[in-house]
Amino acid sequence: MQGAVIQTSGLRKQFGQTVAVDDLTLEIRGGEVFGFLGPNGAGKTTSVKMLLGLIAPTGGEARVLGARLGERSARARIGFLPEHFRFHDCLTAREFLRLHGRLHGLRRERLERRTEELLERVDLRDAADRRLSTFSKGMLQRAGLAQALIAEPLLVFLDEPTSGLDPLGRVLVRDLIRELREQGTTVFLNSHLLGEVEATCDRVVLLKQGRIVRELLLQDQVAAFQIELRIDRSDAQVLEGLRSFGEEVRAIGEVVRLRASSDEVIPEIARWLVSQGIAIYALASRRKSLEEWFLEGIGDDQRPG
Amino acid sequence: MSLGGLATIARLTLLEASRRRITLAAFSGGFACVLIFAVSVYFIAGTAQLREAPAVLHRLQLQTLTLAGLYVVNFLVVAAAVLLPVDTLSGEIASGVMQTLASKPIPRSSIVLGKFLAYWMMLAGYTAAMVLGVVLSMRLITGFAQAHVLAATALMLLQATVLLSIVFAGGVFLGTVANGVVAFAFYAVAFIGGWIEQIGVVAARSVNARYIGTVISLASPVDALWRRAIHVLEPPVMSQVLLTPFSAISVPTAAMVWWAVAYAIVAISIAVVRFERRAL
Repeated sequence: MQGAVIQTSGLRKQFGQTVAVDDLTLEIRGGEVFGFLGPNGAGKTTSVKMLLGLIAPTGGEARVLGARLGERSARARIGFLPEHFRFHDCLTAREFLRLHGRLHGLRRERLERRTEELLERVDLRDAADRRLSTFSKGMLQRAGLAQALIAEPLLVFLDEPTSGLDPLGRVLVRDLIRELREQGTTVFLNSHLLGEVEATCDRVVLLKQGRIVRELLLQDQVAAFQIELRIDRSDAQVLEGLRSFGEEVRAIGEVVRLRASSDEVIPEIARWLVSQGIAIYALASRRKSLEEWFLEGIGDDQRPG
Repeated sequence: MSLGGLATIARLTLLEASRRRITLAAFSGGFACVLIFAVSVYFIAGTAQLREAPAVLHRLQLQTLTLAGLYVVNFLVVAAAVLLPVDTLSGEIASGVMQTLASKPIPRSSIVLGKFLAYWMMLAGYTAAMVLGVVLSMRLITGFAQAHVLAATALMLLQATVLLSIVFAGGVFLGTVANGVVAFAFYAVAFIGGWIEQIGVVAARSVNARYIGTVISLASPVDALWRRAIHVLEPPVMSQVLLTPFSAISVPTAAMVWWAVAYAIVAISIAVVRFERRAL
């Protein structure tokens, strides 16, 4: 599916005097792995709950898989791993997956096949007949992930899917997300773990106090190189010439910054500057991490949650 | 409403309840009460005083014993109707378990009604087992055959159904502890109202006492159903001569039974409607 899987316009949620989400306008395309970032209390989980129909928005509009929020036809194609992964822990892992498959209306044969496939995929086959109450946090999270995928959904909401996992579990989740992308499943990933997001997402938005403050294409922006030059001349003609090597060319005093998709342009920039008779005092490049983008987007006024 | 979803939720609830200690405790406690009752009856029935009493008095005493046993059963059923389901909605909402269920493609009404059906089935089984335990042990030990058992059991079950629906309605609005307190208060108010009516009618022939009792029964019809059940069980002479917790002097009308049915339907409907819109 390549059209918009999620479309929201001015979505808002207010609890009493507190605005949890304000003017959330998003468009998420089919097959995209979308990262939803923000500090604690930014409104990420509230946004996911609205999109799932678990809470009603105070204002704005939204459609998920072409349907209005909370419609059963859409929920049939959605998988969801909640943040705190609290489940019916008196059930065994196998019973738990069968339960959620039945709630999705899976028939016997498909239900059994999916249950066994997913137990294998999330590495819980050995513990399939143990009750969830005996599971570690990581095992519960993997069981929850399998539950979200039981009906082969078109759209999966994963709310902090790796918070309880050890590094091996995180690799497993990362691989699963990649497999979902290859299958064309859209993944909506809520996470604090920027490394995970950087490794898996195509696009992210940063949410702060309920509002989107930045949107980033990871391939183009976060993967790009920031090049910084200190040269003796940075007039309009020089800046125009530098635009042929990269984007967002800006001069701040005698320092010029630009963004390039590869560091292979650095020798070319140096050669061009020398050919123009411009003296180079410094030439450096580096990649800006998602964490830097995040901190820059969130700003200094945000206190730790 | 989705019947498949409702059946799946009912099945889950039954499975979950069967694995909880509180269910085991409820059934073990009930079984212990019936056992103690049977042993007591065995020894009481064996006393010369009872055996040699005139036939009418002998029968009256066995009837009182049976009603005493059923009084305990009624109390156990009331406790089970409140304690077994008290956290089924509020607990799952508070813990977040409900989010996973409610995000599935089933109507929310199926979640409430599936759980309600499962607990109702459990209470029906519990009530029937306890009543049968008392009635059969009397029959086997003393030969006393209690009449109208089915009708009385149905009234006791209706009482449990009203309480169950109150617990479900409360579970959507309140936390688990508050819901339990409110449900027991609901029963306590009915209990006090019932006694005001009984004592007022016997001691003072008070019309006001009857009015107060009726108003309280309309607000909380659970005790009225138990009194109606006693009326069904006891011979007419008994209500003329004795005022005990096992006798009904002022008998609620059949209209009160229908009122209780409507009450339960309204309470569970409130639970469904409110849960449909509740933030989870």
